[in-house]
Amino acid sequence: MIRDAALVAAKDLRLELRARVGMGQVLPFAVLVLLLFAFALDPDRGVLERATPGLFWVGVLFSSVLVLQRSFGVEAEDGILDALRLSGMAPAAIFLGKVAALVVQLAVLEVVLGVGVVVFYDAQPAHAPLLLSVAATATLSIAAAGSVYGALSARLRSRDTLLPMLLLPLLAPVLISATRGFEVGLEGHAGGGWSWVALLGVFATLYLALGAFLFRPLLEDA
Amino acid sequence: MSTPPNRSGHAPPVASGPESTSSTGTRVLGAAALVGLALSVVYGLFVSPPDAQLGETIRMIYTHVPTVSVAYVAFVVTAVSSAMYLWKRTEFWDLLGASSAEIGVVFFVLTILNGALWGKTTWGVFWRWEPRLTTSAVLLLMYIGYLAVRAVPADTRVRATRCAIVGLVAVVNIPIVHKAVDWWRGLHQGRTVLGTIDPEMGGNQLVAMYLSLATGLVVFVWMLLHRFRVAYLVERAADAGLEEALAERRAERGTPSVEVAP
Repeated sequence: MIRDAALVAAKDLRLELRARVGMGQVLPFAVLVLLLFAFALDPDRGVLERATPGLFWVGVLFSSVLVLQRSFGVEAEDGILDALRLSGMAPAAIFLGKVAALVVQLAVLEVVLGVGVVVFYDAQPAHAPLLLSVAATATLSIAAAGSVYGALSARLRSRDTLLPMLLLPLLAPVLISATRGFEVGLEGHAGGGWSWVALLGVFATLYLALGAFLFRPLLEDA
Repeated sequence: MSTPPNRSGHAPPVASGPESTSSTGTRVLGAAALVGLALSVVYGLFVSPPDAQLGETIRMIYTHVPTVSVAYVAFVVTAVSSAMYLWKRTEFWDLLGASSAEIGVVFFVLTILNGALWGKTTWGVFWRWEPRLTTSAVLLLMYIGYLAVRAVPADTRVRATRCAIVGLVAVVNIPIVHKAVDWWRGLHQGRTVLGTIDPEMGGNQLVAMYLSLATGLVVFVWMLLHRFRVAYLVERAADAGLEEALAERRAERGTPSVEVAP
């Protein structure tokens, strides 16, 4: 199971390293979003500083839709999903592999966006352990929920519009929790922040379990 | 359903089915719903007194509580149907889940409209980032997503599986959205009506409240039965259309046709 998941994850990451779609297109898009926020919200009135946690996570969410479309778009072409199904690997292992590869890609994205908000918005990462915990649980949540809906919409002609429509409302609580957690973390007193980490942890666990359970019908019928 | 003219002279490929979606059960339910609605109007608008704090606007609660309750019941029915579909793989659970989700969305829209109107009269604005309104908006968008998946043309089994998955994922998210939004808006107290004021209800106010709630549930069951039967007939019509198209193609090619079982 773990070995199969690692195989799928390694395949995805190798694909990504060779094609560099994420590096070449999604990362610049994420940085572009940060710049657009600065244009939309006057940088001289302190709005950007106050909104930094929210803008960071909105940037992550929008970019993650692109990463997901790429991750499952390559599977939908040439009947690769069927090939994966016939490979004899457990659907849950395939799911976990996809999630693992997505977590790595989203982590890279978040590092770039993190540097972006430090440079452009003058954010101060005051409480690193809390910020990292929020980021880890939120990333896992996005990857787990995103993989379920990514696989569901992969073979649809309308997937480009359907995926964000399905996924973004689902991730609304993740956006709220991650934003609040980051707010606390940037202010430097972790106290109330850990309950957000706990909520994100519950979310991630639920969606990992749900995805592992739902991936069989997803691969077979959807 | 009437038998369509048969150009190719084969046995009519139309499945025999009911001519309408009503039955004795739905007629009784429909009558009960009408009586309940009439009584709710009488109690909600005339018999029950205005509230000490909320004044006349308490009357909006008599429609708000039933619509939101029905919406949640509908989403739970969709979730149970989704789980049952993935287990049993029968058309019944697929159609039940989809029918229920559709009604749930309608009632949720009514709930949000009602809440916004209440907000305009009480707060002076249509929308506040009040926990219950916010939660409703997010959940509504999730279930509109369900209907969007439903609307994507696909093989029946594929569509049913997709919908079942979305139905399950969405219902798991309901408590999480509640929790996140409550903490976000700093709401820690218990259940309140419309989030801000908890009216002390008594006597005829409670009668109006429970009467409208019960009526709402009867209306839901009535709508669900009809919607389910419409969905069932749509499937049969699609089957019949497919059979007819097949028969026509066979006739065109001059190959002997397979008779459809009467």
